[in-house]
Amino acid sequence: MTVSASELREPAPSRGLTLPSARRLLLWTGLAVLLAWVLVPIYFVALGAFGGRLGVFRWPKSIWPTDLSLAPMLQFLAIEGVFNALINSLIAAGSTVLLSVALGAPAGYALARYTFPGQNVYRLLVLLTRAFPLAILALPLTVSFIRMGLYDTPFGVSLIHTVLALPFAVLVTQSLFMGIPREYEEAAWVFGCTRFQAFLKVVLPLALPGLAATAIFAFVISWNEVFAASILTVRERTLTAYLLKILSESPLHYRFAGGFILILPSVLFIFAIRKYLFAVWGIASK
Amino acid sequence: MPARTSWIPYALIAPSVAFLGALFLVPLVQTIWLSFATADGLTLANYERMTGDLNFSLAVRNTFLLTLVVVPIQVALALAMATMVSKLEKGRDLALWILTIPLGISDLAAGLAWLALLQNTGYLNSALYALGLISGPVGWLSQETPWSLFAAIVLAEIWRATAIVLVILIAGLQLIPKEFAEAAEIFGAKPWTRFRKITLPLLKPSLQSALILRTVLAFEVFAVVYALGGRNFPVLAGEAYTWQNENQNYGVAAAYAVLIMGISLAATAVYLRVLKTRPEQLP
Repeated sequence: MTVSASELREPAPSRGLTLPSARRLLLWTGLAVLLAWVLVPIYFVALGAFGGRLGVFRWPKSIWPTDLSLAPMLQFLAIEGVFNALINSLIAAGSTVLLSVALGAPAGYALARYTFPGQNVYRLLVLLTRAFPLAILALPLTVSFIRMGLYDTPFGVSLIHTVLALPFAVLVTQSLFMGIPREYEEAAWVFGCTRFQAFLKVVLPLALPGLAATAIFAFVISWNEVFAASILTVRERTLTAYLLKILSESPLHYRFAGGFILILPSVLFIFAIRKYLFAVWGIASK
Repeated sequence: MPARTSWIPYALIAPSVAFLGALFLVPLVQTIWLSFATADGLTLANYERMTGDLNFSLAVRNTFLLTLVVVPIQVALALAMATMVSKLEKGRDLALWILTIPLGISDLAAGLAWLALLQNTGYLNSALYALGLISGPVGWLSQETPWSLFAAIVLAEIWRATAIVLVILIAGLQLIPKEFAEAAEIFGAKPWTRFRKITLPLLKPSLQSALILRTVLAFEVFAVVYALGGRNFPVLAGEAYTWQNENQNYGVAAAYAVLIMGISLAATAVYLRVLKTRPEQLP
């Protein structure tokens, strides 16, 4: 890392509050554009969702909300199959949360607290999953799921979604448990706790917020997944599978209503775990 | 670590190993097997049917084109976002939250959000009409306008999936000690030089994982495309879906899956090689 002579100039003015005002203006303008870039499509799909049939075909459109009401959304939810799909999505996402935490957290704990032969192979297996198009690998499961009675059930869908969420659960919980000093546990052992009791009474309470973030992340992964959910369900579709199916035949305002319902929980959840987001990815991208 | 090797860690990882074995490794092998299996034993018939299909070359071209356009823009945009946010003193958390919202948004929902903007009587056309550029609703997403449809898909993909790159890069930036940049500043390095000579090299591991993740996901692109253009813009994962669900031909669908997997693994191998980091270069 050498800095060539031509690039050596007098020291740059210090950053921070004394940033030259022209650069500050540029910074704020750029940032405002980027924030608008993220928010504007969400705003428009919300207008589409609550504007109903008339709103969709109004021409030319005003960017301000006019004639919005809850009625179009309620109409959408009353369509046969929509409510059922919503419930299926919730069941699938809920099972994904339970499965990925139940399977991932013990493994994360093992990686954090023990050194054992084979742990690198295990870590490799977990990381390897990310080089594969996992959802697409669900194709042959159609047949085995039919045989096992799991085809066309939200639980079957959640099994695939757990494959997507499990690597994150393992890596995030590993970093989580590494952040809790093992001395706490050892102290509990001294006072007569078994290993399991020590985990339950000392480690778990400290790990709870991070585990909640892991759970939310698993929920979002399952809630959003389209491909596997679409090929593994026929009647008991999840919301994404249902929307994909009706995409070509449903009127626009129903599609926007569906899109809005899909977006809503994600926005709230990202808000809830924003503190952990960077920890999650900082670890998971190692 | 004082803990002796015992049975406990193995018992703890066993459930997840069994699970990944049953639902990752087995389907992986099954997909490959299924793609070769035909009535006359193991042949290349499924692959011949795949490559002989009208949509095949289009799907390959479209998927590669999308990936080649979208992924570099996302990395550049994410770097710009990360740099801007790091300059903020106030409102940093709020800005970061808003910029990472798309991380939680499904590709299907992203496609629908952009459909609201770009449909015939949508907001883009309304804006163009107000500016006097068009005289009535114009279609952008039909078969007759392949390039504007492509542009729409690119926009929606950039909108949706830049957040993932941003988060990985910010997580990586946090690992770089501030002292490096400060030292360079004392020696008079301009911001651009500091960025090129210090930040970028030290960010290489994060860039690598961001690129691998984004590229693998880009080759799986599917729902965004369907939401915006229906069948008008064939992509590889979409063809796999069609062969599986509508044509009920699992063999050809599996052949598509194996093709996507092969491309993903090849891309991963390229990134691992090109962006190789030696341990002593890590921050």
